Amino acid sequence: MGDMQDKPVGQGGPSPRRRFLREAAGVAGGACLLSLGVGLYAKQASALPATALRPPGALAESDFLAACVRCGLCVRDCPYDTLKLAELGDGVATGTPYFNARQIPCEMCEDIPCVAACPTGALDRGLADIGKARMGLAVLIDHETCLNFLGLRCDVCYRVCPVIDKAITLERQHNPRSDRHAMLLPTVHSDYCTGCGKCEKSCVLPGEAAIKVLPVKLAQGSKAEHYRKGWEEKEAAGQSLIGEQIELPVRGLEGKSYGDTRVLPGPATPARPGSGLDSGWKP
Amino acid sequence: MSAVAATSKAVRPRVGADAIASKGWLGAHKWLVLRRLSQLGLLALFLAGPWFGLWIVKGNLSSSLTLDMLPLTDPFLLAQSLAAGTLPYKEALIGAAIVVAFYLIVGGRVFCSWVCPMNLVTDAAAWLRRRLGLKGGKIPSGDTRYWLLGFMLLAAFATGSLAWEWVNPVSMLHRGLIFGFGLAWGIVGGVFVYDLLIATRGWCGHICPMGAFYSLLGGTALMRVSAAHRSACDDCMDCFAVCPEPQVIRPALKAAGQDHPVILDRNCTNCGRCVDVCGRNVFRITTRFDRSES
Ligand code: SF4
Ligand code: SF4
Ligand code: SF4
Ligand code: SF4
Ligand code: SF4
Repeated sequence: MGDMQDKPVGQGGPSPRRRFLREAAGVAGGACLLSLGVGLYAKQASALPATALRPPGALAESDFLAACVRCGLCVRDCPYDTLKLAELGDGVATGTPYFNARQIPCEMCEDIPCVAACPTGALDRGLADIGKARMGLAVLIDHETCLNFLGLRCDVCYRVCPVIDKAITLERQHNPRSDRHAMLLPTVHSDYCTGCGKCEKSCVLPGEAAIKVLPVKLAQGSKAEHYRKGWEEKEAAGQSLIGEQIELPVRGLEGKSYGDTRVLPGPATPARPGSGLDSGWKP
Repeated sequence: MSAVAATSKAVRPRVGADAIASKGWLGAHKWLVLRRLSQLGLLALFLAGPWFGLWIVKGNLSSSLTLDMLPLTDPFLLAQSLAAGTLPYKEALIGAAIVVAFYLIVGGRVFCSWVCPMNLVTDAAAWLRRRLGLKGGKIPSGDTRYWLLGFMLLAAFATGSLAWEWVNPVSMLHRGLIFGFGLAWGIVGGVFVYDLLIATRGWCGHICPMGAFYSLLGGTALMRVSAAHRSACDDCMDCFAVCPEPQVIRPALKAAGQDHPVILDRNCTNCGRCVDVCGRNVFRITTRFDRSES
């Protein structure tokens, strides 16, 4: 502050007042530019990589970045060393806590010590039941390498899920390739999946997992609110809303083989006689 | 004695040589040694947990929990967080209040000289610069830090995030030592090089908005340095050479703009280096009310 004003004044230069104003403007300009740079950097670097998951109870990312003071108390109280503070170069806001599911997943502690430790509320203490945590959402992302999709019985992701049979189920499907087996497809349900990452961690594939926990925003499509599901409406109303379907003729296409695409009522005809899921085949 | 001083002055003796001659090495480095013990001791407390499983203090300087009961939060971090639009839990608020109260009493920039790990880096740069006799460079105005402080709070408000924490070398250094560095070494090294080659005391004395924030808490400090024995000053200028904020000394030592000998400038860090380095015992650490001369 003083170093400039200490100099003797009145030697033909601009008046001290003018000089002070000019200097202040320069300093303010420099500081403003620097702040602008930092602000812009903060803005553009704040996109979280898809593999970085926030601890349970973390506020929405923008609120989280405003609240978290980067103290690491959550990291310290995590008994499984799941959480770590981002280092410069990790691609995550420096000093903020995150975890990588493929490395160490969240074990879903019942008492949620990470949330209890957070002094700022960046991890919201409103989260009392770890089952309500939404750290991300698991997605069976690769249908080509998942062993269950290949018709094998791996099931590991399903078996390790702490919310087994709710967050993840095995859906039975006909295996058209062998035509005599089932495929049990691991299927995640967003109503229950906490995004703990146990499934991704334990996927047996050697490098990348076929099932991955992604940020919910990436993993989930928006609901088609305008689309009313007939079966739900029917259940709610206790009956079909449009009454008995009237059969309309498909005019002009009567002679064509593709003319009528409706499936006839009655049992479906199997692709080949004596094959398929219900063929009674036993190994 | 004065003859010795006169001849040695002609060949530019090392800063503090007089003090070492009259008080011995330890006497001439008393406050420096205490300060280093304080800085390293605090760091050791934080590191005892991760290194030896001795959990006395958890967290880092941004926010910590001591003995599972005493919360402490950096008020500058909290101010950024408030500016970004959150109201933290009461632990963080209480923690910051305790810290503010402490520094209001002992002097805000006591944080800089007794706690902040970056001080070790910038002191090292200043020492090396002195030893190498490096001169020149481009020093920004000492007001830069206050403007930066203001604009950083504005940036926090505008971006809704703790903008300064993306680059803050101070919290990065402390966090890095405890939780792992990544590329943060680069930023800390940058500060060192800047102080060494470009601007004497450039970072701590002119730019760091965190230091600026703490200096705002320094206006009421009870603990202050007084040039009580200023009549004995022989103008060796050693105190000016070692002081991280040399402009604070003149009013007290030379009665420029004030007549009592107490250094009241909020930017005096109470580091006590002037006390150490003065061979004539001009300075002492006392309270702001002790205006006596001796
Ligand atoms: S719930 Fe438990 S395992 Fe998961 S992040 Fe928190 S402390 Fe760690
Ligand atoms: S405890 Fe809270 S404020 Fe501290 S690093 Fe974890 S989330 Fe951030
Ligand atoms: S992330 Fe995987 S293991 Fe965890 S709840 Fe969701 S489906 Fe289950
Ligand atoms: S001015 Fe900044 S970097 Fe320097 S000691 Fe103070 S807080 Fe630390
Ligand atoms: S006046 Fe003395 S105590 Fe204050 S900052 Fe300078 S050297 Fe340190």
